[in-house]
Amino acid sequence: MQYKSQAVAKPYFIGALGLFVAQILFGLIMGLQYVVGDFLFPEIPFNVARMVHTNALIVWLLMGFMGSAYYLVPEEAERELYSPKLAIVTFWVFLVAAALTVVGYLAVPYATLAKITGNDLLPTMGREFLEQPTVTKIGIVLVALSMLFNLSMTYLKGRKTSITTVLLLGLWGLAVFFLFSFYNPTNLVLDKFYWWWVVHLWVEGVWELILGALLAFVLIKVTGVDREVIEKWLYVIITLALVTGLIGTGHHYYWIGTPEYWQWFGSVFSALEPIPFFAMTLFAFNMVNRRRREHPNRAATLWALGTGVMSFLGAGVWGFLHTLAPVNFYTHGSQITAAHGHMAFYGAYVMVVLTMISYSMPLMRGRQANSNASQVMEMWGFWLMTIAMVFITLFLTAAGILQVWLQRVATTPLSFMATQDQLALFYWLREGTGVVFLIGLLVYLASFFKGEKVAA
Amino acid sequence: MSSAFSTSTARNIFFGGTVFFFLMFLALTFDTQQQLPQRDQRAQLSNPQIAAGKKLWEVNNCIGCHTLMGEGAYFAPELGNVYKRRGPEFIKAWIQAQPTGAPGRRQMPQFNLSDKDIDDLVAFLKYASEINTANWPPNIEG
Repeated sequence: MQYKSQAVAKPYFIGALGLFVAQILFGLIMGLQYVVGDFLFPEIPFNVARMVHTNALIVWLLMGFMGSAYYLVPEEAERELYSPKLAIVTFWVFLVAAALTVVGYLAVPYATLAKITGNDLLPTMGREFLEQPTVTKIGIVLVALSMLFNLSMTYLKGRKTSITTVLLLGLWGLAVFFLFSFYNPTNLVLDKFYWWWVVHLWVEGVWELILGALLAFVLIKVTGVDREVIEKWLYVIITLALVTGLIGTGHHYYWIGTPEYWQWFGSVFSALEPIPFFAMTLFAFNMVNRRRREHPNRAATLWALGTGVMSFLGAGVWGFLHTLAPVNFYTHGSQITAAHGHMAFYGAYVMVVLTMISYSMPLMRGRQANSNASQVMEMWGFWLMTIAMVFITLFLTAAGILQVWLQRVATTPLSFMATQDQLALFYWLREGTGVVFLIGLLVYLASFFKGEKVAA
Repeated sequence: MSSAFSTSTARNIFFGGTVFFFLMFLALTFDTQQQLPQRDQRAQLSNPQIAAGKKLWEVNNCIGCHTLMGEGAYFAPELGNVYKRRGPEFIKAWIQAQPTGAPGRRQMPQFNLSDKDIDDLVAFLKYASEINTANWPPNIEG
């Protein structure tokens, strides 16, 4: 760690990992409710568990991005962070707001939460992933503005590299597109149309800039390859991402009341969306193969390679699987969607945040890399979580194919619930692999507490 | 990559490409806005029941279990076409009868809605079922 103020990233990473644990626990609750329908009912109905599962994911990824940016920008800008104090205050505001929101989800019925948080004044709640009370959304905007101010000031006063330019562009885009979460017209088609300007333009737009920048930073550090080479790759990858991903938004505009030409635009452009992810895989492997140093943090290198591979599989391959309009006509809103969502979020965004944590945490704790024993344990966590996620995805895909067949293709289609009964085997298998994922997460977390080998 | 292809070239391609395709996306958005009145049943929105129904849909987090035009959670049936699949009377009776309490079955909470609330919700679901969704879903089961 070259600058003292980079250490503000530490609480962000710890907070993020705490919410990661909550996310997985609630995921296991939901997974069980898929097969034991009345599990924890009425204390934790499915919709509440799902809000905690998805919102915890979003917030911990945001925390991870912020922590990563606070770590990365000073080092790239070659100066201390503009205001470390502001970054710490912002962290606590964010954590408390997130915690209060989760408590709100769990403690009172959602309609009550809407009432006591003044949703009537500016109704934004009750839409998928944007379930947060309006006051929480305003809090997210303030937290983002505080971060952007702090980082932009650091950037402007210091060395400007391509990595920080791209990262800040991604973070500004994240904040700007989030503003569409405040637009909630009664017209359902308009509501859905602009809802995707938050959701799609985040995960298949500006978040990819953040992903690319973080990956490029870690690859420079662990491989020692020339910055010039890495920055060129970065620009090529994000060009491909936005050229395909912007109009690729059209793959969400097939069946929500929008004109039918979106079936063409969406299919063609989103069929190209795997290309930037494939480029990212090539990028990661190429740089590691051309490395000019053997960085002692082998775990971080593994996470970086893993991000390349798993984002391509989850976002690229599993996205392509159901992105063409004639296919999507049958798979839209099925377990195929769920399968893709799981592996894409894990492979792209979870893994890149864990890559940054893996690289920077040892440095913030005063060492270049963790002990061998600790790294071996971290890599066990990597493999358990990653393989579990592959199988979760495969089981959900199998469930999805069967679901589509029974409910939408068969000559005498079954009802939704009758179909669900037929999928129980795959849901049980998914739940089992979910437990493996949790074990992997616990092993990963334990690696932080594993010190040097001590003679027993 | 060869040295003839410099970082600044790559950066320029990035900014140029992004601006071009973002403008194209905006142009398509503009055209979509022009076409929507023929597809989205906006004439119906003068009925205040629909706005009230949508609000109820939102503050009870229906999307946390159900899909609406295929978007949402995949735990409970598609409701974009439920008005056509089940009809208004069934929907009302169903909401009032929850939860079923059947052991081991998925449970829908009791939301304690008034008769007026349920009528508003049904009006919203009727409106949703009449939006032109390019013939999705493939069949009435959703």
